[in-house]
Amino acid sequence: MNIQPTHSSRRILLPVRQWFILFSLAVAFFLDLVPFGNAIGVPDWVALVLAFWSVREPLRLGMGTAFVIGLMMDVASGSVMGQHPLAYLLLSYAAGGLSRRILWFPLVQQALHILLLLLATQLVMVITRLLGGADFPGWGYFLGSFSGALLWFPLTFVLLLPQYQPLEKDENRPI
Amino acid sequence: MPVVGHQPPPFFKRGPAPLARLVFFVVLSLALLVLDLKYRTLELARQGVATVLYPLQRAAYAPVDLYEQLDGYFSSLSAVQQENVLLKRKEVESAKWLLRQEHLELENQRLRQLLDMKARQPVSSTLADIIHAARDPFSRRVIVDKGSQQGIVAGQAVVDEAGVLGQVTRVYPMQSEVTLVTDKNQAVPVQVVRNGLRTVLFGASDGQLELRFLAANADIRPDDQLVTSGLDGVYLPGLPVAKVLRVDRDAAYSFARIVCEPAAGVEKHGQVLLLGLREALQQQVEESGTRDKPAKAKRGRKRDE
Repeated sequence: MNIQPTHSSRRILLPVRQWFILFSLAVAFFLDLVPFGNAIGVPDWVALVLAFWSVREPLRLGMGTAFVIGLMMDVASGSVMGQHPLAYLLLSYAAGGLSRRILWFPLVQQALHILLLLLATQLVMVITRLLGGADFPGWGYFLGSFSGALLWFPLTFVLLLPQYQPLEKDENRPI
Repeated sequence: MPVVGHQPPPFFKRGPAPLARLVFFVVLSLALLVLDLKYRTLELARQGVATVLYPLQRAAYAPVDLYEQLDGYFSSLSAVQQENVLLKRKEVESAKWLLRQEHLELENQRLRQLLDMKARQPVSSTLADIIHAARDPFSRRVIVDKGSQQGIVAGQAVVDEAGVLGQVTRVYPMQSEVTLVTDKNQAVPVQVVRNGLRTVLFGASDGQLELRFLAANADIRPDDQLVTSGLDGVYLPGLPVAKVLRVDRDAAYSFARIVCEPAAGVEKHGQVLLLGLREALQQQVEESGTRDKPAKAKRGRKRDE
């Protein structure tokens, strides 16, 4: 059992299942594969879900997972090998380190923290590529972080849904 | 309470500290970055992973595909009819060229034989569909639906009905990646149609092209047509690439700033032609040297590349 450490809710959550973390990452990866062409403001789903689990369960999500899914993103998007792993590792580490602090805030302020983390992730990628001699993609590139931060609210609800379910259904139970 | 030489055993096994793990993996990814950017030795690994991911990518494309089909289904009939009329007119207009082309080609061959010149290489080509733009926002690339299974190799030139689109830069088993001419790192050797001036065309950031390192007094004007010069051994000579949009001659700089517009429908989706690789670069250079005699004579006083 795991008490949700926020000031507003004392709801007791079920422990998360490892396969659900990996499953949600796989779904996020699939969503990232959907080709939107050059549309701006499309969030990086993998970064978002990775940040979510790093904040929620810093001990369950290893750096190895972030590295491997980053490599897969590199191949799928045709970018330079090592660009996504580097950014995701730093994101995962920072989100894990800030986990206790972020969870203390209500959702709006959590989303603000996440916005900064996502922007930093994109900045790492931009710096990596600019050093590698690529072109600056324009400021619209950073819009993806803002839409990602907006998605923090539905994401929290959806990804915590399995942990809200009671083990055995009981109508008279107080919690 | 540390005893000398002994640490108390940890209560929970958690492996190395997070910072140590972070440093290990960051060093690993930096090594990958350097390997890929400097030495390009990771193509095999990339191919392996890409092959595994291919079904997933196709599945992810399904919603977009469905949307496009629906969009096409509901696109109004009148638009299609209009397009049909336009295409028919175009066909009639180009018929005069097409009808004479066979005749001209035969004549050309005969004349070449008479002059004892090497015959122009016949070019094989593969028709392909652009599936989508690559997700990487730092470069201008598209994915086409033909790969090494269909005999595509890296380096092939890609054209559409209006001109050069780019070059195949990476080949996967079932699809390949085409770098567009508008990519910053893509260079195309070109020739100005009007006066045979040869230079190299680079991509600029905003979907346009740029002629760099051309002297401020170079003979180039807006609306000049640029075609491939064929000196690279990749593109066939004479394919239209771009049109000069504007020329800024600033006395403060020694080079003119020349902005061009791509001729092909770059950054649009549709069907493209992957031209076969040109063989025997040596012959081609020799041949283009003899063929472009007038251009060569002019070259004496002009900048070359």
